[in-house]
Amino acid sequence: MVKTMLKVDKLNVAFDGFDVITDLSFEVKEGEVLVILGPNGAGKTTLLRALLGLIPYRGNVVWATEDISYLPPQELWERRGLPPLSIEEFFRFKAVSMERILNIFQRVGLDPSLLKRGYGALSTGQFQRMIIGWALVDDPSVLLFDEPTSGIDIGGQETIYSLLHSFWKERNLTILLVTHDLNVVWEHAETVLCMNREKLCYGNPHKVLTPEELEKIYGAGIKHYEHTHR
Amino acid sequence: MDFLPALIMSAFIGGVAGYLGSLMLSKRMALVGGPLGHLSLPGIALALIYGFDVSLGAFLFIVVGIIFIWLVEVRTKLPMEAITALVFASGVATSFVFLPEDKTVPALIGDISQITPDIVVIVIVLSSAIFFVTKRIYSKMILVSISEDLARVEGIDTKKFNFIYLACIALVISLGVRIVGGLMTAAIVAIPACTSKNLSKTLTQYAYGGLVLGSLGCILGIAAAEVTGVSAGSAIIMANTAIFLVSLVLKRAT
Repeated sequence: MVKTMLKVDKLNVAFDGFDVITDLSFEVKEGEVLVILGPNGAGKTTLLRALLGLIPYRGNVVWATEDISYLPPQELWERRGLPPLSIEEFFRFKAVSMERILNIFQRVGLDPSLLKRGYGALSTGQFQRMIIGWALVDDPSVLLFDEPTSGIDIGGQETIYSLLHSFWKERNLTILLVTHDLNVVWEHAETVLCMNREKLCYGNPHKVLTPEELEKIYGAGIKHYEHTHR
Repeated sequence: MDFLPALIMSAFIGGVAGYLGSLMLSKRMALVGGPLGHLSLPGIALALIYGFDVSLGAFLFIVVGIIFIWLVEVRTKLPMEAITALVFASGVATSFVFLPEDKTVPALIGDISQITPDIVVIVIVLSSAIFFVTKRIYSKMILVSISEDLARVEGIDTKKFNFIYLACIALVISLGVRIVGGLMTAAIVAIPACTSKNLSKTLTQYAYGGLVLGSLGCILGIAAAEVTGVSAGSAIIMANTAIFLVSLVLKRAT
């Protein structure tokens, strides 16, 4: 039987008396890819932060592991105004060996010479690949990733998702992904959680993401082109 | 001025102030040293009037001030810089109410004319302790600067580390007022860090650069004060500024 990695029961989050998430319940199995979908302001980032205990909430959140890595959305990473910090030093914050760092650098397709480069000097695409390497260098069981491809061109987006997909297959990684990209849902998600402050749909994306459901999530005007290949 | 004790004491204070200052600069808090220095003035005034140690007086007022700033921020959600401005202006005003005229200059720009061996030993012990504590929290605080959420998920207790960090700042400023007075403490924290940033390519170079340059500024300042007879506080700041200007030239050359 597949282990339940995360069980969420009646999760409620409120800021200044305003409900941001209401009565949300779901489960994530070991090795599952859950994509969290919803319009801006739906509470997706808040959900990840609550799951990690970064903000107060009501309800139950039970993880089967403490071995969790989290990558906040790119705009929440301070990249300018930091002191001189090489990529190698950034990886050393994790207290891992140089061999592991070089290995993960190779896996995410970055040249090892970039380790000497400044943390703020990478392009957006390189930076995203670098932080995926950083998140996975100490071999976590779960990865929570908030908007992995914001600000990245289509080619770069495909690279990031292919990379995540290969790590998922290779390591039986449990992944919770926040995205706006429906292609990702069709191609990589085993389960989708649609939300707009409350749960709108939950289950296999090919079954629950009907045109009507998409219209309910994003409003009228959403075209539905389902990809059937995997 | 007893040259050697003053030199040793200032080198230690300058070094640890530069090291901690490099962390403060990366958290955009380098200027906090200024308001906290001003805040220490009533404590320095009381110490000068009643004859106890100026760093002790400064420390007590800085701690009370930090707690007050924190409480007001939590209760009112006012920006910290606004509350800091309120507190430091009140500190300066209060100190001038009861600070005797002949004690004003030493309180504002420091006084190292009467350094005893005991004080030098205490400064060496405290500076070393602050250095080792700061060294332990340094990389974790940088990760907090990058993303507090990321740091917390990595198991860093941000509240605990912020508390330790603020305690180190309070101690360094309290030591700093001894050599440069309550008026110029921001300089011994901020200038060596800025100089080091100009000259460094890695975090290690930057942090230890702050330490070495902070110490060097104080050594040159004390030496200049001994030779020229100007106040040690002013000479230290001018030496730090001169080193910073050299770093600008070196930065342009590379």
